[in-house]
Amino acid sequence: MAAADGLAFHEFEEATNLLAETPDAATTSKSDQLTPQGHVVVAVGSGGSYGVEEEVEEEGDKTALLQEEKPQPGFWTFSYYQSFFDVDTSQVLDRIKGSLLPRPGYNFVRHHLRNRPDLYGPFWICATLAFVLAVTGNLTLVLAQRRDPSVHYSPQFHKVTVAGITIYCYAWLVPLALWGFLRWRKGVRERVGPYTFLETVCIYGYSLFIFIPTVVLWLIPVPWLQWLFGALALALSAAGLVFTLWPVVREDTRLVAAVLLSAVVVLHALLAMGCKLYFFQPLPPEHVVPPSKATALPPNILLTPTMSRSMATS
Amino acid sequence: MAEAAESPGDPGTASPRPLFAGLSDISISQDIPIEGEITIPVRSRIRESDSSTLNESVRNTIMRDLKAVGKKFMHVLYPRKSNTLLRDWDLWGPLILCVTLALMLQRGSVDGEKDGGPQFAEVFVIVWFGAVTITLNSKLLGGNISFFQSLCVLGYCILPLTVAMLVCRLVLLAEPGPVNFMVRLFVVIVMFVWSIVASTAFLADSQPPNRKALAVYPVFLFYFVISWMILTFTPQ
Repeated sequence: MAAADGLAFHEFEEATNLLAETPDAATTSKSDQLTPQGHVVVAVGSGGSYGVEEEVEEEGDKTALLQEEKPQPGFWTFSYYQSFFDVDTSQVLDRIKGSLLPRPGYNFVRHHLRNRPDLYGPFWICATLAFVLAVTGNLTLVLAQRRDPSVHYSPQFHKVTVAGITIYCYAWLVPLALWGFLRWRKGVRERVGPYTFLETVCIYGYSLFIFIPTVVLWLIPVPWLQWLFGALALALSAAGLVFTLWPVVREDTRLVAAVLLSAVVVLHALLAMGCKLYFFQPLPPEHVVPPSKATALPPNILLTPTMSRSMATS
Repeated sequence: MAEAAESPGDPGTASPRPLFAGLSDISISQDIPIEGEITIPVRSRIRESDSSTLNESVRNTIMRDLKAVGKKFMHVLYPRKSNTLLRDWDLWGPLILCVTLALMLQRGSVDGEKDGGPQFAEVFVIVWFGAVTITLNSKLLGGNISFFQSLCVLGYCILPLTVAMLVCRLVLLAEPGPVNFMVRLFVVIVMFVWSIVASTAFLADSQPPNRKALAVYPVFLFYFVISWMILTFTPQ
């Protein structure tokens, strides 16, 4: 019984800490934080109202408690990594929405992550982006072959490897460098602590999500439209990164802040442009239609009978 | 999931405090699948008690395993909620399917084209490492399925796509044309949907309901990549 009493007292402290950290959190605590039941709801934030989820919340809450009382499980145990996948479908979708629409006042880490980063989002968004890049890049080759029958179609499987390595290196090494740099400059700023490594990985991972629909839209073979979509996606993504990093670098000297933010934006732009130029080679110009064909080829229909005719005549 | 099912029970009955009062209202019998035990296959115990498998003919041994594999193929082709695939898991079926698929998908070594289709090793790596990654993902999200059970299910559900590969190779023997491509596209799409439905029927129950989509999406991506490799296969 004494242990249970001590348990309740620690929980109360945890609740006030959480509320102090996230003053603008949109929690739905049924009662104020003095009662333990309200504390159970505050701990997780925006979730559904499943009975199972309440148990999972309570479970996550108790593990957070235990982590305060004794050291975290070592990195060789499975439960250490399980703590990074402690998210629900609704939370992941909420984080993706938060990265798609960055707003100046809302800090992605505080508002959406609620300081509970996950590894599910960054990992699977990078995997999806790598495969979508390779697949759509291959589809543009199909389009190119339709226009110019001399172009030989091949599955180009090596591009999957290239895409995977590029995206994963970007999404994991650049946050590592950024985190290291921010920790190095930690001495200059006293008030605002830097983000943890996982939070930085989350920021970058979720910011790459907007490129997935952009890459699919790059199939449309209109060059200025492709550059427009690319610029739009880059603007949204880089804006999200800048708004999230601004509170952390604001305390630093202006030069360092400007250099850091512009480096982040430039790296992001380089990634976007590199992907566009490597995976989406420019289509050959509309070739002269052979006299046997009378109709013009509409550019955005992939599979038409003309494809067979072009394959037959090549 | 077993832990989550147990935890409200213990504090609720051990110490009746207002802190855990709300938990007594939670019923733990609905929607939480307390199934999918990690068991040793029953077959091995029977073998040890018989001690006759060493003396039986090789044909008997091979036929027994082949029949087990064939039975599981039937379960995949007509997916319904049954535990056979999970209870008596084996990895022979996935190995046979993966090797068949990789052999059919590899590009010939004679041509010097550097950007052709995948090599044998690439298909093999994608299938097995993809299955391992999905299994790890499912376990990290809190699923109550064991590692090899999940590998077994994912491997067996490649069967529809292997059938699609066979059909595509037969169709490619005919003359190329739009009909050729449409037939292949249709077959691959149907088999892709079949694979997803089959694997979801086995795997989805092992996840908590608020994370089902998170666990099923990687399976979708996995079979999509395999379908893409099958669809873009061009014979040299």
